[in-house]
Parts: sequence; C-alpha cells; structure tokens
Amino acid sequence: MALPRFEYLSPGTLDEACALLAEHGADARPMAGGTDLLLRMGRTGRAPSFVVGLRRVPGLADVRFDREHGLSIGALASLATVAAHPDVIRHYPALAQAAAATATVQIRNMGTVAGNLCNASPSADTAPPLLAHGAEVLLHRREGERRLSLSRFFRGPGRNALEPGELLREIHLPPPGERTGSDYQRISQRSQVDIAAASVAARVALDEEGICRSARLALGAVAPTPLLVDEAAALLEGRPITDEQVAAAAALAVRAARPISDVRASAAWRKKVIGVLAARALRAAVEKALAQ
Amino acid sequence: MPKVAITLRVNGDLHEVMVAPHRTLDEVLRDELGLIGTKVGCRTGDCGACTVLLDGKAVSSCLTLAVEAAGREILTIEGLAPGGEELHPLQRAFVEHGAVQCGYCTPGMILAARHLLDKNPTPTHEEIRRALSGNLCRCTGYAKIVDAIAAVAEKNRS
Repeated sequence: MALPRFEYLSPGTLDEACALLAEHGADARPMAGGTDLLLRMGRTGRAPSFVVGLRRVPGLADVRFDREHGLSIGALASLATVAAHPDVIRHYPALAQAAAATATVQIRNMGTVAGNLCNASPSADTAPPLLAHGAEVLLHRREGERRLSLSRFFRGPGRNALEPGELLREIHLPPPGERTGSDYQRISQRSQVDIAAASVAARVALDEEGICRSARLALGAVAPTPLLVDEAAALLEGRPITDEQVAAAAALAVRAARPISDVRASAAWRKKVIGVLAARALRAAVEKALAQ
Repeated sequence: MPKVAITLRVNGDLHEVMVAPHRTLDEVLRDELGLIGTKVGCRTGDCGACTVLLDGKAVSSCLTLAVEAAGREILTIEGLAPGGEELHPLQRAFVEHGAVQCGYCTPGMILAARHLLDKNPTPTHEEIRRALSGNLCRCTGYAKIVDAIAAVAEKNRS
C-alpha cells in the first residue's frame, strides 16, 4: 500500500525547522530516520499535511564523547552508529547493547536514538539504559533551549514533553564514573527482531571496598512509560551488592511494574519476568563495574 | 501535492526524475527507473526484500522517501556485478550453494550480505546469522544462504 500524500519540507537550520513546526502546529511532524513515522502513515493511511525532514540540518548526526563532559548524541545519530561507537561500548555498555538489540540491521541504519525516545513507546529499547545512565534531553525552540531529565520527557504511551515548535536536538549523558558498569536485558517471544515484551537496564557504581556508591534500575514495557525504580536505587546505595540485595531490588522492580496484557505477553508473565531480568541486569552490571 | 525534481544516483548512473514527496524509494526504483530487482514484501521494514545500499549502508527502501535519497549513492542488485557481465562473488556463491529457491528474498539477502562483508570481510556463522536477522526467506532456505556467505568469507580469509 502506498503512503498517503503529504508535502515534504527540508529546512537547512534547526531554527528554520522549529519555525516550520511552530507555523504548522499539528499539521506538521518532524522526521529523523522515518522508520516509525512512515510505518504509521502506511498502516493508518493518515499523514500530516507537512513532513519536516531534518536531514539537511548540519551537525545533528554527531556523537561526541569526552571524559569531562560525557556523551552527546545528536538527533540524527542512528541506532547503528551509537551501537558501534567505541566510547558508548566502553563507558555506557547498556546503551550499546540496547541500540544493537533494536529491530534489524536495516532499521538500525535508518532509525535514530532520538526518534526512539520521541516516539515514546513504553517498550523503546534505548529508553531504560538512557534512564539508568541519567540522560537529559536538550529541547530546542527558536526562543531558546531547555534541558529536561529523560524521566520527565515521557508522558504516556506515544506522548512526550515536546511543545509545538520544539525539537529534541541532543541527548546528553553525564561522564562515566570510576568502577561503573551497566547492563541491558530484554526478552521477547521470538528473536531480537521482535519488540521487547519486557526489558531492564541497570547501572551501578562501586567504591574501592565494593560498596555501592550509586545505582539505577530502569524498566521497559511494563508501565505506560519507561520507568526508573527509585526505591531500588535507595535500597542498593551505601552497601555491598550481595545476592540478597539483588533479590530485594528485583522484588522492588516487580512491585513498581504496572504492565498490561497485549499481543506480546500477559500482565502476569511480565510481572514475573521483570524481576528475573532485573536480577540478571544488576548482576551483570556489578561484574562489569568490578572488571574496570 | 506538486512533484519535485530530484537526481538519483543509482549504481553509478544519474537519473533525473519527477517524484511526489510521499513516494518511497522502492516505488521509484521499480516504477520510474524499471529496476525491478528490488522486491517489495511487507512494506513495514520487517522482511528485508526491498533492501538497497544507501551510502554503503543496508536500508529498507520501502521506508525511505525517494526525496531523501536524492544525491546519495544508491546500490541495487542490478549494480552489484562489476561490468554487469560476471557475477559478483556473493551471487556466484548463492548459485553454487543452492541458496536461491523462489528467488524473491535473494536481492535483499545478497545486499545485506554485501553490507556485512564491507564492514567485516571474515564474519563468523553467528555474525552472518545476526546480519541477516532483518531478511526473511519464506522458502526457509536459511542454512544454504548462510553457507553461501560463509564461503565468500572463507575466501576472504585466505
């Protein structure tokens, strides 16, 4: 089935793109990789009047890292680029794992991490590791820019905090600490090509004695939005991460999950499996932290 | 919507075409340029039949707007064999290993394999299988397809 008709606009700067989005409001949608937007148009037979392609805006595909400032992922950086980036693999391994686990080679070459967030699917693979790593999003509009912690960006299934005329310009992650490890675990009925039925990202930072300095546990596909389990962080911090601590944190993940039943899994199964995934992710994150 | 004039560089040849903005690259390759080697399967980016290389990277042409492919390097199955006479090593290996059954998935499979070998000339079986996870074969001839690509990788190794 062919796509419904629309007009394609191709601004050369970020401000121009924001101006077009502000001018056309709900009649316009921005497009990065297009894998979600065009797919939905084909499926629903409905298109916005205007598609604002971001491809010509310079610098948006950059991924930059340095130890002082951390990691910056531009709005057009593809999932494949992020998955293969040596600094992401080394310092933010859960994110590299999640980007590599999203969809297929072809989709990863086209789709972007920023688009994955803006689409605001509760099962977005890159959301839990970005939450666990304390990501912020830089939202750009002609009048200026605001920074939002990623946990405040998701507002519900398919809903995000972007205002009309605003674009997610960059995702920013703080610098990696010493003895820090992170891990991503996902499960789906079929292979990795399938959308995750449940997923967990864990990040832990240890001190020299093996005491947990900070911890983050984030869940995907078990609530209306990707979710940080703050109670698990509070439980883990300030003590060594023992098997008992892992089990207790996993139990808190189960309690925080508010899943639904859908085509991919039942709510009861999701509740059960999220604890298993949380324990696996935490143990793997600790191992990576110790290996540093 | 008014059509726009774009230049597509396909297999090294320049084509001036008038396209409506909602037309996808697979449609323009097949309907405007007559390059019907690119197949259309699911139209949802799942099956890989429409795979082409865009600036050297495997993409689903069914989810690529033709206007966004303008000015970039597009490689389709028709452009794979150098000079168009002799088969590309991947094509020869597919024939020799019986990796072609109905043939519908073959162009996408071969271009996905080409993308893999460009990045990694000597992939393992596991890496080959992962690289093909976005390409479906309804004849279920996966084993021979993996064998064919592994044979090319083996030659690269020596």
